Amino acid sequence: MISPKKILKRYLLRCVGSLFLISLATSTGFGVTIRCALDSDVGEGGRFSKALALEWAKKTGNTLEYISRPNDATATLQQFQQYWAAKSPDVDVYMIDVIWQGIANPHAVDLKKFYTEDEIKQFFPAIIQNNTVNGKLVSIPWFTDAGILYYRTDLLEKYGYKEPPKTWEELTEMAKKIQDGERKEGKKDFQGFVFQGKASESVTCNALEWIYSFGGGSIIEPDKKVTINNPNAIKALQTAKSWVGAISPPGVVTYSEEEARNVWQAGNAAFMRNWPYAYALGQAPKSVIAGKFDVTVLPMGGANGKHAACLGGWQLMVSAYSKAPDVAADLVKFLNSADEQKRRAIELSQFPVMPAIYSDPDVLAKNPWFAKIPDVLKNAVARPSTVTGADYNQLSTAFFQNVNKMLSGGQSPQDTVQQVEKVAKRLMR
Amino acid sequence: MAREIDLMERQRRLAWFLIVPAVIVVLLVIGYPLIQVLVYSVLKYKLDGVTPPSFVGLGNYLFILTDSDFWRAVAVTLIFTFFSVTLEAVLGLSVAMVANSKFKGRSILRVAILIPWAIPTVVSSKIWAWMFNDIYGVVNVLLTNLHLIPQKIAFLATPITAIPVIIAVDVWKTTPFMALLLLAGLGLIPSDLYEAAAIDGATAVKAFFSVTLPLVMPTLLVALIFRTLDALRVFDIFYVMVGGQGNMATMAIYNQQWLVSFLDAGIGSAASVIILIFIMIFVILYTRFSKTSFQ
Repeated sequence: MISPKKILKRYLLRCVGSLFLISLATSTGFGVTIRCALDSDVGEGGRFSKALALEWAKKTGNTLEYISRPNDATATLQQFQQYWAAKSPDVDVYMIDVIWQGIANPHAVDLKKFYTEDEIKQFFPAIIQNNTVNGKLVSIPWFTDAGILYYRTDLLEKYGYKEPPKTWEELTEMAKKIQDGERKEGKKDFQGFVFQGKASESVTCNALEWIYSFGGGSIIEPDKKVTINNPNAIKALQTAKSWVGAISPPGVVTYSEEEARNVWQAGNAAFMRNWPYAYALGQAPKSVIAGKFDVTVLPMGGANGKHAACLGGWQLMVSAYSKAPDVAADLVKFLNSADEQKRRAIELSQFPVMPAIYSDPDVLAKNPWFAKIPDVLKNAVARPSTVTGADYNQLSTAFFQNVNKMLSGGQSPQDTVQQVEKVAKRLMR
Repeated sequence: MAREIDLMERQRRLAWFLIVPAVIVVLLVIGYPLIQVLVYSVLKYKLDGVTPPSFVGLGNYLFILTDSDFWRAVAVTLIFTFFSVTLEAVLGLSVAMVANSKFKGRSILRVAILIPWAIPTVVSSKIWAWMFNDIYGVVNVLLTNLHLIPQKIAFLATPITAIPVIIAVDVWKTTPFMALLLLAGLGLIPSDLYEAAAIDGATAVKAFFSVTLPLVMPTLLVALIFRTLDALRVFDIFYVMVGGQGNMATMAIYNQQWLVSFLDAGIGSAASVIILIFIMIFVILYTRFSKTSFQ
């Protein structure tokens, strides 16, 4: 919980800050114009952010121009990179993906200038670590996302299981039993476990979770050491390969998030790995699985393994080319203040980036299942994007193509890790 | 004499004067980007906005030509091009001949066959991808219900099934285009030629090979050039239906990956140049062929 004292302190600080800005504004005649590139305002999230940013402008007497980013992450990065390559002062605040820290680093202001140590400590350490490049805080977390396990409570009960699986081995066994049973009852299309196997960033996230949960590292460690070629990683990939055609459909190698969710939402799967967005859709009134499922952390790889959750989500960054970085930072602090995160959690069901907000009674009243999320985020594993920087896509492509090839039967786990190691070593040279 | 030279000179000047605007436009919109791509292709040039470009000579070309991913992309592209263009030409000609014969409702048919061509490729590819989905795709449901296959097939999972599916979708989509072009060619054949052939006692088959095919050949060649070049540059249908699966990347996807996804303007540009050369080879082959066949 955030103490009322702290909130008061922060509020007062903000008032003082605003007063300072207002006095600055009045002394020069008018405020500064800040341009922020945030979510597309065609969507719900973007409209919310835009209203919020305008609220800030009104409060501080500055002018705000809202720039809608493209809906697609890759298209967004391409657009932002054009601004960055031109060292453009036209955008002051950017929202950036969790995997762009290395790319954005040269174009960002160190946010440690604007946040105190204590303030930074209120965020999830895993995200802060991901967003820190060579000691510089490139961006501040805004809202987050992580891989979770969905399971059918009714089916677990039907087949005599009291708890969701703790390890991947347990999951494999349970999925097999449920799948066999359901198929015998005539549900020919029933699947034990669906995940994202498509050759895209989706399978990068999934495979990273398997490998990390078996203690196989995260491909390239933050100290630039390439670790992918190790027995635990091979074991993790072997386990995943054994699912395809057994507890997962052969077509899982073409599934991205929506394909997996469609199988799950039609009631045709016992387990699913997905992002949290599938929760609200599954519990929608017309959904056939509403009230019949729950979520938990993803299983560990063996009894000595650990839980893992691929870290996603969006951050806020102040441009190094901004003409008014102080004012821009003030907007950033306003957008991701504890109060606003709470509002986002309640109104948009987006995951806050401060652990304390997950125990807020108002948030839990709206989204009771948020109580489980801090546990998931405690086990968050970041993709090796910060260490690879602009080369991340090259590494991820080599990784997802090889893992996908392995899952569809074209390659052994040993060859897979060797191929990925080769590319990773070339990139780290 | 002197006046004639003078006239010719004046004509020549006028000709230059008239084509100069077109030449300038071509140089600006085609020449300039082409030269820029050639320049980029010999540089190590990351588009991260930090690393300055440096000269690497033919290093980028060497990298691509020794990259097994590239050659696999070439193979995929050539297989796709050969089968899709051949099938489209055969089916397109058949459809065009049907649409060219006189019967009731011909104009409705002509409009109807164009529908697949009118749908944006991204949309139709996505629809087909859903239809070929392994669990709830209509193709699998139909085939299993008719007991033609014992269990549902994940069509888009492996190249052996996915590439034929993609070729089929492309044929479905592009045959109308081929038919439309050939229909224009068929319309130019005077009907008295067929009457003469009939009087001489030629069968329908004989008339097709002796009258229709030779006379529609120029149109067919143009249509084939169009389609082959299009097929060699194929991107959207593969991108939507099988995404980033490395063993099913086409040359254009390989190129896009380096340029857009990896932000490597050097290797990306070199790949563009290599693809350009590939396409040029086909253009030269076609023009050679059309020259010999018309002489």
